[in-house]
Amino acid sequence: MEKWKSSDGSPRATSVICVVAIAMFLGTAGRAQQGGAAPGRAAGAGAAGRQGGAQQNFDNVQVRSLHVQGNVWMINGGLVNAAIQVGDEGVLVVDTMVEPLADKLLAEIRKIAGNKPIRYIINTHVHPDHTGGNEKIARAGKSIVGGNFAGQVGQEAANSAQIFAHENVQLRMSQPGPGEPMPPFAAWPTDTYIESQKDLYFNGEGIELLHQANAHTDGDTVVYFRKSDVVVTGDVYVNTTLPVINLQQGGSLNGIIKSLNHIIRITIPKEKQEGGTYVIPGHGRLVDEADVVEYRDMTTIIRDRFQDAIKRGQTLDQAKTARLVRDYEGRYGATQGFWTTDAFVEAAYKSLSQPVAVTRSN
Amino acid sequence: MKVRVLAFIAALLVSAPAFAQADLSGVWAPLMHEDQPERGPGPEIGDYLGLPITDALRLRAESWDASLLTVPEHQCKPHPSTYGFRGVGNLRITNVIDADTQQVTKIFTHIAWQEQEREIWMDGRPHPPEFANHTWQGFSTGHWEGNVLVVETDHLKPGWIRRNGLALTDQAHMTERFIRHGDVLTHVYMIEDPHYLSEPLIKTNGFRLTADMTMAPYPCASVVEVVREDGEVPHHLPGRNPFIASFATKHNVPVEAASGGAETALPEYIKKFKQ
Repeated sequence: MEKWKSSDGSPRATSVICVVAIAMFLGTAGRAQQGGAAPGRAAGAGAAGRQGGAQQNFDNVQVRSLHVQGNVWMINGGLVNAAIQVGDEGVLVVDTMVEPLADKLLAEIRKIAGNKPIRYIINTHVHPDHTGGNEKIARAGKSIVGGNFAGQVGQEAANSAQIFAHENVQLRMSQPGPGEPMPPFAAWPTDTYIESQKDLYFNGEGIELLHQANAHTDGDTVVYFRKSDVVVTGDVYVNTTLPVINLQQGGSLNGIIKSLNHIIRITIPKEKQEGGTYVIPGHGRLVDEADVVEYRDMTTIIRDRFQDAIKRGQTLDQAKTARLVRDYEGRYGATQGFWTTDAFVEAAYKSLSQPVAVTRSN
Repeated sequence: MKVRVLAFIAALLVSAPAFAQADLSGVWAPLMHEDQPERGPGPEIGDYLGLPITDALRLRAESWDASLLTVPEHQCKPHPSTYGFRGVGNLRITNVIDADTQQVTKIFTHIAWQEQEREIWMDGRPHPPEFANHTWQGFSTGHWEGNVLVVETDHLKPGWIRRNGLALTDQAHMTERFIRHGDVLTHVYMIEDPHYLSEPLIKTNGFRLTADMTMAPYPCASVVEVVREDGEVPHHLPGRNPFIASFATKHNVPVEAASGGAETALPEYIKKFKQ
């Protein structure tokens, strides 16, 4: 079997991404703990939290939930989000947070769903702040195994939930670069898809797994719960940072914009550009279409500025000096942590000035 | 027996309405003598005079293109509560009263344009967690300070303070005071935004009680007004907004002053240009 490599052939890609994803969580977890009941000051506290440094102790991270609508709950652990859909047939989990939070995530799932079996996990992308709890959550679940399949995989397969993801997620998990830790086999996707869309029907509603090509990575999935009218985006949409473009793993700025417009096409506001379809981001607060539109507008405006700078022959350093994102830096930028404003500027510039990395299954 | 009497007295005290609370209910017509050109016809492009905006907000406003409002996703947005009281629409205030205690547990405000319906919780409930949804009107809690209603609002969607691109982030916070003087209502509001305002923005609005106003519905459905490429967002590139100096030119105001900032709100700022 041909060994898979990242688009640039760099064996460092996966390890960089693992570090980046964990750092993304660590660097932002402190903020969410500061929100909550203090009247009127949650927003300012959030900003202070970002400046205030990393939350290093997972023991202090709370995992809390919010019923969104229909069968869907948002589960927040610091600033990383997961979602669950609960019904008569059991529980479907979208993303499993970082491994150290898996027990708390499982406890929150049990609080909401009782002892209903966890049947499915969907991973929106490969990063360990969204897949770290795969093994523990999957082993807490059950699959329905029968017929020829039972003979092929053994009855043991029934003692775990199935894990769905885009094929590129499994490729990156199963073939890490030299020296990189390989996630345990039980954490890998058990079912992958290579098309633009995969459909499920569970708990009385249709669920669409929508591949977002070359956006945050090359293996992003947006999950749309059609009856509950809730979209779970993974990291193609976050509202805590400037767009996170993972060039080494096939991400691109234009891919993120395309994905944001895709989400906007799915969402329908109830009235006055509010409510209706709700959107759970990979990181940050629950939103509806208007918030995604705000973020799409920002990302598009920034993209246009960079394209103009490149067209006028500006170098990356000149683009940095021009501070082309300074109107959004305060809200979404950072001077420390893994995804600084400079890191975004560099990724945006490169993303627009070089061809999109071609990876498998796009 | 003694305990029962004390419990009865305690119950009376608890259920008695707080002294000096004003009744704000009714339909109020906006008094437009304050800042009328900005509030009625609308602000001019590039007029940020006297507003404590940051450099970040200045760039954002200079990039703003009014054509953005033709994009379907932008057409039906109501004014956020950080701006709605500046508008020309009637304001209806309604009390929700608990039948057992006769306490006001919630106050609704409703402004005609785009049906800006707002809840102000008076029952002491906490604000939602940080990861909860934000709305145009935000999450508001109120309390009385004498006969003044004080309201704290957060969980706001990214909004605006003026209709010429002066935006607010979703981390803005607003403190309001509603003060009734007979048939006149004074609304004082203070907005803080850690990213777009260097100091709190403080403004007042006036309303007069009216007995013969009706509140019409305001349905809205977005349509394609301009055919564009999917995802196109109208805006001006930095330094290339051809309209940005028109306000300063028209009114013979220095461009630097028109660009706003906390300093431009102070009377002594005028002396700077007279020197």
